[in-house]
Order: sequence, then structure tokens, then C-alpha cells
Amino acid sequence: MNSIVAQERIIALRKKRSAQDLRFKYYGFIAMCLALAVLVFLLYSIFSRGFSAFQKTTILLEINYDQEILKLTPDSTDQEIEKGKFFKVKKNALNNVFENLSKSDAKLIKKLFSTNIDKEIKNYYIDNPSVLNTTQKLWVTAHSNVDQMLKGNSRRDVPEDRRKLNDIQLSFIDQLVEEDRIQKEFNNFFFTRADSRHPEIAGIAGSFMGSLLTLFVVFILSFPIAIGASVYLEEFAPKNKLTELIEVNISNLAAVPSIVFGLLGLGVLLNVFGFPRSTPLVGGTVLALMTLPTIIIACRASLKAVPPSIKEGALAIGATKSQAVFHHVVPLALPGTLTGTIIGLAQALGETAPLIMIGMVAFIPNIPTGITEPSASLPVQIFLWVESAERGFQEKSAAAIMIILLFLFMMNALAVYLRNRFEKKW
Amino acid sequence: MVENNNTKISAKDVDVFYSEKQALNKISMDIKEKEVTALIGPSGCGKSTFLRCINRMNDLIEICKVTGSIKVDNEEIISSSTDVVSLRSKIGMVFQKPNPFPKSIFDNVAYGPSIHGLADTKSDLENIVITSLKKAGLYNEVKDRLNEPGTSLSGGQQQRLCIARAIAVNPEIILMDEPCSALDPIATAIIEELIDELRLNYTIIIVTHSMQQAARVSQKTCFFHLGELIESGETNKIFTNPDNTKTQDYITGRFG
Repeated sequence: MNSIVAQERIIALRKKRSAQDLRFKYYGFIAMCLALAVLVFLLYSIFSRGFSAFQKTTILLEINYDQEILKLTPDSTDQEIEKGKFFKVKKNALNNVFENLSKSDAKLIKKLFSTNIDKEIKNYYIDNPSVLNTTQKLWVTAHSNVDQMLKGNSRRDVPEDRRKLNDIQLSFIDQLVEEDRIQKEFNNFFFTRADSRHPEIAGIAGSFMGSLLTLFVVFILSFPIAIGASVYLEEFAPKNKLTELIEVNISNLAAVPSIVFGLLGLGVLLNVFGFPRSTPLVGGTVLALMTLPTIIIACRASLKAVPPSIKEGALAIGATKSQAVFHHVVPLALPGTLTGTIIGLAQALGETAPLIMIGMVAFIPNIPTGITEPSASLPVQIFLWVESAERGFQEKSAAAIMIILLFLFMMNALAVYLRNRFEKKW
Repeated sequence: MVENNNTKISAKDVDVFYSEKQALNKISMDIKEKEVTALIGPSGCGKSTFLRCINRMNDLIEICKVTGSIKVDNEEIISSSTDVVSLRSKIGMVFQKPNPFPKSIFDNVAYGPSIHGLADTKSDLENIVITSLKKAGLYNEVKDRLNEPGTSLSGGQQQRLCIARAIAVNPEIILMDEPCSALDPIATAIIEELIDELRLNYTIIIVTHSMQQAARVSQKTCFFHLGELIESGETNKIFTNPDNTKTQDYITGRFG
């Protein structure tokens, strides 16, 4: 009797256990689906918003490169061309977009174009000096308001006083569309220009360069220091209370909020040492300090992963300790070390808070060419654009997020590649 | 067999401590030149510890403390003034698990001579590598693929590569720490034959778990138990007519 009861109990328990198993499997599956859904939603919202930033609206403009108006001759030097009266040529062209424009209408027309178009007109002349005294049809950049309206990002069915473009301007746009004098083309400005107050000519080249230069500084500073520190701690340092304390604190430093490092940069690098403000040099130094603990931890893990038998083998044939370490242990640990460094750099690439503290949040309309020039960086650029009221910057910030994600993805791919390519098996 | 009486290594009252725990207790023994001495005993008896005292590999273990005296060629080596690097170039070591460097076969053997500056020219170095591989009985098997990684060889070949690597720096003594325990019987037989040949030029000390192996390859045998040297002497005598009952029990398989 008892044994039958026990038997039933065992069977019931077994059913319960397998049901538990199954339930857990489904919980895991649901969790994974939720995570995936969030990720897909995030990517979708970024991509759907950002893709339009890769196109810009241009308007066909007839430009008369008149010698008299420009005050230029075919023999003009570069400096003379620089001073040429291109704004007058532009003014004439704008007055003739449509026939018989009244003065007030001409003013409204002018606002359909980017403020930068006299530069475009000038650059076209510099590239083709033979156009002097001819009339050329040129696609010039439209104002961001036009661009956004045509991309459907701003609505035209709202009351006039809540629109950037009034009814007359809309009718002009419609007419241009009808006459095929307005088009969308690849937005080269987005990739070749730095930040600007005008969304239609703002680009990420400046902040991208800034990020690259900053990462360069981070790498130059953190990689050798991290290798040195981790090799010393792992292979040479005596195991005592002091090194134990250092080890614990390295782990603690890895968890310090990044803004604290920003304050350190502000207080020490800028105020005490007088580093140039807003530059990749000081930004890179701060981010190097921030990523050092991460890289040291990764370096030490990969040094630890090298089997001690390799070092013993070298020592046993009479290698000195440093020979054993630098000929055998470090080369074997290098792939892991590099991977850790790249992960650290990726972390540094996305960091915003410390850069704001050291002034890399400034508006920089130039592309930096050196580490001591003021520059922006990608995450800070996104921060600045998101903050801007102009609608044109919204798609720009989404597109910049796409670029930074691509950048991160490529860095991680490089890390995986290096690990697979150079990792040695034994 | 020609008897010789030149003592190569002479240990006196060697104590080894791991932190507080005593691993070896007053070990004294003499090891003769150009002979194979086998160290046998159950696991944890201190035979590997003793072996690693001879080339100071115990220095790597921070908690390990060695006292007493070991003289190699009448020179004290348990002293802070001992030049460990030159000591280790004189005393080669082969480990339990083959540990070739993850480099080419050539570079594995060439590493020792090149750090010690034993070869002036590239052809000198090649000569040393080839001679060492020949002495280790590996040359014929690998002569066509010296640039392949050493780790691509079989276990037995890797172990002979490690022996070649040790020989390449011209040692006088070779320490072997259970060199065959990770190998199959055929690879083991090849290594044992090799040990027999190497005996003509080198003083060999081998730690082994296999009593048959000790009986086959060694001329002298030392039996360790619980950190003490119980008995040492001619291998023949130890295996046929030991003085100590513990030795008797161990070699007949009654414990250990």
C-alpha cells in the first residue's frame, strides 16, 4: 500500500518537475522575444527617422556669371575670386526665379534657399572658370524648411501662423515642383561639413573627425599604460597588501560614473595644467583615464589565460623573467588585450558626460585637423542636435545615431576579427 | 656498465616549506654524473618538489621556502647570490605535460640558444637546432616541416621537441618531471629509449609514477614518502632487495 502511494507521489513530482522545465523554457523564450522587439523598435524608429537626412532638397537656379557684376576677369587671381561679388549674382538669380516678382515676393523666395548658396555659386565658378559671362543652371541647396516640408516631416495642413512657410511660399514650392525645378539628391554636406546653425548644411564630418582624434588619443595613452600596468601586476608585482589594494581599486575605478572623470578633467587638466579647452587632447586624456581600468582588467584576464606551462618552459631553459614574459606571455595575450582595448575604445566613443564637462559641447563649425584644435564628438553632436528646436536637426540626430552605431559595430567586428585571427590554440 | 664516482649533485639537509606546511624534511643525497636517477614515491611525497629545487623552479611559487644546501659541481645553488639564469641553462627541464611554445618547431629549439647567444651566425643556429633534434630522435620525423607549429605534433613528438629544446642550450643535467605520464605506451617506449641514449652525455634525474619505468631506465633509485627520503641506492637493489619495509610495500604495490 505504502509503496503504491510513494510511487504515485514520485510520478506526480516528476510531472511537476518537467512542467517546471517547460515553463522555464517559455519564460526564457518570451524574455528573448521582448528584448528583440525592443531592439527592433529602437532600430526602426532611428532608421525611419534618420534615413531622410541622407537626402537634401535642391532647387534649380539660373545664374548669370556676369563679368561686370562679379567684378572679375578671366585672369583674376584666387584672392580676387574670393572677393568676387557672388552675392550680387545670387540676388539677381533669386529675383528671377519667377517672372515679374514683386519685392515682397522676392523676399519670400529668398527664404526658400539656404543662406549658404552664394558659396555654392562661388565654388562652381572656382571649379569651372570658363563659365564667366555665361548663364548656368545650377542645383542649389534649399532651405531646411522647404526640405522638411517636402520630406513630409513638417505638415502643411496646419494653420499658417504655426508653419514656418506661409501660403505664398507654399504656392511657390508647388510651382517649382510642377516645373521640375526642385529635386532630392544625395546629401553630401552631411558627410563633408561640420556643424552649422542651418540644418540643411550641417554635417557630421567635424564631430566624426573629433571622435576619431579623441579615440586616437585614448588609444595612444591607455594601451601602453594598460599593458604596462597589467603585466607588472600580473607577472612582477609581489603579492602583498599594497598590490591587493591596487587591484581592488582598479575594479572600483571601472565602476566610477564617467561624469566624475569629466570633473577631474575640468579641475585638473583644464584648470591646473591648462590643457586647451574643448579639444580631443583633453577629451582623449579624460576618456583614457576612464577606460584604463576596463582595459587593465581585460589585459589581466588575457594574461592570466596564458597557460603557466609556457612561461615555465621559457624559464626552465634559462630565460630571464622579462624575456619569458615579453617573448611568450605577452604575445599570446595580445589578441585578448587588443579586444579588450577595442571594447574600451567603443565605450569611450559613446561617452558624452565627461566631454560636456571639459567643454567639448561647444558649437564648432570647423572640421578639426589636430588634437589641439577645438572639436565636437559624435555623441555630443547628437546631444546638441537633439536639443535644437529646428525640425531639420531631428533627422540629422537620428542619422548621426546611425553613423555612431555603424562605427561601434565596425569596432566590435574588428575586435572579433582580431581575436579569431591571432588567437593561438595550444 | 662503467661505474663512476663523480658526484654531480649533492644535497644536504634540504627542507622545503609551503607556507607553514613542510613538504620536504632533511633530504640528503648524492647524484652521480652521467647516470639516470629515478625519484619514486606516492603522490604528494615531495619528489617533484625536490626536483624543482635543483633548478630553482620553486622560486616561481611565492609561498615556497627552501633551506639547506644543494651543490651542483661543488657550487652552492640554494643562495640568494646564485645566478638562476645560468643555473637553468646548465640544468634543463622537461615537464609532465609537453609544453612547446606556440611557435614553429625550429623556433622552439632555437629559442634557448638565441637568448643565451650560443650561435654567432644563422647557420650556427641551424646546426644547433638540427643536432638537438637529432639527439632527441625527432629530426627524421620533422626535417621537412621545421616551420610548422610545434603544437601540431603528436604528444610524444611534442615531448621529444621539449627534450630537444632543453638539450639545445648544452645543459649538463636534465630534470624530467614525469615526462611520460601524458603519453601512450608506444610514445613512452620511444622516450625511454631516448633517455637511455642521453645518459651517455647527460646526468638525468627523472620523477616517475611508474615503477616499471624506474626499473627500466634508471641506475639509481630514490624512494620518497611523506616528504622524507626513505631509501636510495642501486635500482637493482631497491627493486629486488630493499632495506626498508616501506619501500618493500610500495614497490610490491601494497600502498601508494
